[in-house]
Amino acid sequence: MAIKKDPVDAVVVGMGWAGGIMAKELAQAGLTVVGLERGPYRNTAPHFQPPEIHDELRYARRHGLMQNLRRETNTFRNNPRQRALPMRQWAYGQGAYPLGEGLGGSGVHWNGQSWRFLPWDFETRSRTVERYGEEAIPPDATIQDWGITYDDLEPYYDKFEYAAGISGQAGNLQGQTQEGGNPFEGPRQRDYPLPPLKTAYSGLLFWEGAERLGYHPFPSPAGNQSQAYTNPDGVAMGRCLYCGFCSKYGCEVAAKSSPLTTVLPVVLGLDNFQLRTHANVIRVNLDDTRTRAVSVTYVDAQGREIEQPADIIVLAAYALNNVRLLLLSGIGQTYDPMSGEGLIGKNYSYQFISAVSAFFEDRVFNPFMSAGAMATVVDDFNGDNFDHTGLGFIGGGFIAQFTGEAAPINTHPVPLGTPPWGSEWKRAAAENYRRAFTIITHGAVLSYRNNYLDLDPTYRDAYGQPLLRMTFNWTDNELRMADFLTNKAALIAREAGASDINIFRLARTFSIVPGQATHNNGGAIMGADPATSVVNPYLQMWDVPNLFVVGASAFPQNTGYNPTETVGALAYWTADAIRNRYLKNPGPLA
Amino acid sequence: MSSYVSRRNLIKSVGLAGVARTLPLGFGAFALAPEMPRLPWPAPQQEGAEGAGLTYAFLNSEEQAFIEAAVARLIPADELGPGALEAGVPQFIDRQLIGVFGSGGDWYLQGPWVEGEPEQGYQMRLVPQEIYRAGIRDINLYCQETYGGPFAELAEEQQIEVLQGLQSGEIALQDVPAALFFSTLYQNTMEGFFADPIYGGNRNKVGWRLVGYPGAASVDYGALVEEYYNRPYEVEPVSIADIQTGEASHSHE
Ligand SMILES: Cc1cc2nc3c(=O)[nH]c(=O)nc-3n(C[C@H](O)[C@H](O)[C@H](O)COP(=O)(O)OP(=O)(O)OC[C@H]3O[C@@H](n4cnc5c(N)ncnc54)[C@H](O)[C@@H]3O)c2cc1C
Ligand code: SF4
Repeated sequence: MAIKKDPVDAVVVGMGWAGGIMAKELAQAGLTVVGLERGPYRNTAPHFQPPEIHDELRYARRHGLMQNLRRETNTFRNNPRQRALPMRQWAYGQGAYPLGEGLGGSGVHWNGQSWRFLPWDFETRSRTVERYGEEAIPPDATIQDWGITYDDLEPYYDKFEYAAGISGQAGNLQGQTQEGGNPFEGPRQRDYPLPPLKTAYSGLLFWEGAERLGYHPFPSPAGNQSQAYTNPDGVAMGRCLYCGFCSKYGCEVAAKSSPLTTVLPVVLGLDNFQLRTHANVIRVNLDDTRTRAVSVTYVDAQGREIEQPADIIVLAAYALNNVRLLLLSGIGQTYDPMSGEGLIGKNYSYQFISAVSAFFEDRVFNPFMSAGAMATVVDDFNGDNFDHTGLGFIGGGFIAQFTGEAAPINTHPVPLGTPPWGSEWKRAAAENYRRAFTIITHGAVLSYRNNYLDLDPTYRDAYGQPLLRMTFNWTDNELRMADFLTNKAALIAREAGASDINIFRLARTFSIVPGQATHNNGGAIMGADPATSVVNPYLQMWDVPNLFVVGASAFPQNTGYNPTETVGALAYWTADAIRNRYLKNPGPLA
Repeated sequence: MSSYVSRRNLIKSVGLAGVARTLPLGFGAFALAPEMPRLPWPAPQQEGAEGAGLTYAFLNSEEQAFIEAAVARLIPADELGPGALEAGVPQFIDRQLIGVFGSGGDWYLQGPWVEGEPEQGYQMRLVPQEIYRAGIRDINLYCQETYGGPFAELAEEQQIEVLQGLQSGEIALQDVPAALFFSTLYQNTMEGFFADPIYGGNRNKVGWRLVGYPGAASVDYGALVEEYYNRPYEVEPVSIADIQTGEASHSHE
């Protein structure tokens, strides 16, 4: 028998960016809120302090801050005819998409690349049809518009940037193009709260090369604070030390935008909020009408089943787990790729990364002086920023020189053709550690009929529940786009003066083994029409209006950018709709 | 004078703010960062005689001999400096094997066990302890048959030949796919050569010295990024152990 807790106004499942923002906004509106997080409590101190946090083996190789696969993983296959098998291990710092677990979620160990999507991204389908005609949409692509526009979300992007202390250089202030920023970005009402991070020497060479080719380089927007900062909620953050232990690590000086350094300190200080860690939610319970969610059931650290009733239920358990919880709870109709019926699990999408390593004979870099989002970027080939006529694909991505990870287990570049071990390797590793940098391309993946999520028929988690099954592969659109972007990246590398380059093209078949983009999207997508979307534009379930599903699960297809700022902006947008409209008149917001 | 924030001070200052529920106590302490003096820190003492402390918890004597020989071929001692053996990589591997990594403690290990596509990742039941144990036995049987002795007793060129055969999968082993064994050994050797010395490898930070990596010290590079454009920032590397033991730790008061 489950232990039943006293009802509260709202329960939030997952304490990452999405859950942290929702919990704070709802609690500040006066609601009693319970936050449930399956992982442990952790914070800047004592958990992320040096010297122990500066441990590449533990954090970057063994994924010390991430999901323990022993309890839960997902299964994977490339197409519906294959048998899906579990992702069993994070292999040596690899594993396609390491997942977050614990207070702050992946927001603790992300890089901080903080992007607004392009206005085009919200209207991918209609604008493509408008410019190139219906036939430009790849066969089997199930892309659709978001049901909201960039302009709707702009104030909430702004809110996220100021709450999170994003460093950057505006490229478009109220329609005026700004020198040194991204000329392709949508108009913003005001500049970033903090100036951009410094540019690495590698970034400078990339910048100069890109500029000579006629592109428009700019410093990446960064959730790494270029200066000490106090956000509008009064939370103070430190200044980034460019410490070189950023992606996959927690920040020792609270200079990385994280739920732990922004929204959680506020909500944890409110008496009407209660945090419960080690609380693994296993389902959402509906009433008999199936139109109202009454509670969630979770298993606590001692193995007890506990039911928490609430008037508002928010799933913010990451894109993949949001979808899994809907499926486990039997909410909505599971997508079936054969018939095309059903919506839960439909339009799963991902992202690709390809890379070019550039080697220099006459240049010296200090790659360990780096920050998670310290980068120089060109956006000339993202979204629809360029004419796609005759290219054979739609969408695009950015090309960037990221400083990122530079600790030597994962990073010891050697020119192609160097044997992987022995004295010759050793010499090449010694010579090139300071003489190379990497340029990445970061490209959009559309949504397709045969890329989707459902429950695995065979494999189960430690609680006895079916694992999520992912069916995914690249299609021609991504492969052509990746080749196009990779060639551009190689061009920039040459123009920057590289004497030698290694090109890492996108493998023709997606594999979950190598580390790559951590950006899973879709499966509970938003839209203006209940026939083609799971949640309405306020991330509210069409069928169950007191259930909100917040996260990248709502993206109808992916863009060329990292997702998190848009996840954050959507959370603020949704919270705003709940505070200002739903609470006065609980019911459908659209 | 210090190259990084004193650990004690840092914890004190972050502790106040990091767990504070009231706002905005802030991270005022970090305003100090720009003035934080940098180099030099004292060179940590050199480690004792080679060979000291070569103890094992998991590997048996046959396995110890194999690993010591194999890692020395993968990263040899040469004119560029010590190799994996001198760096303590065998001890690193041994300690990894006795712990969470060795037993696949954070792997998903529920069946059914089905052979999948390479894109689906590792699907075998064997955890690293078993990969090493079964693999080394298999390889020594192969060496015995082919060369008349166990791997550790072969000539260096023969050992290289065997390692190449394992890497390419040309050598077939009884229980463990040769390429799996090789890649496990290879990844762990790289880890042991470059990981922080607290794990038993990278002794005297030889891996870091080789490539010019400054290590784990918490330096404020903010002021140095531009100062060191096209110029190597070269320092005595500092490890977690150096800081924990006070070898490289001093307060900036
Ligand atoms: C190494 C790395 C680098 C990244 N870098 C970037 C970057 O530079 N830019 C960018 O935009 N994005 C980046 N990302 C992605 C980014 O971290 C995510 O987009 C973001 O954290 C998503 O926020 P979320 O709140 O939706 O989910 P999460 O941060 O994953 O939080 C979800 C939380 O829910 C909890 N949870 C899950 N299931 C349950 C359950 N059943 N019961 C209770 N709790 C549950 C989880 O434990 C977790 O804490 C990176 C990710 C990784 C791993
Ligand atoms: S690079 Fe900057 S933001 Fe990232 S962990 Fe280091 S100090 Fe923090």
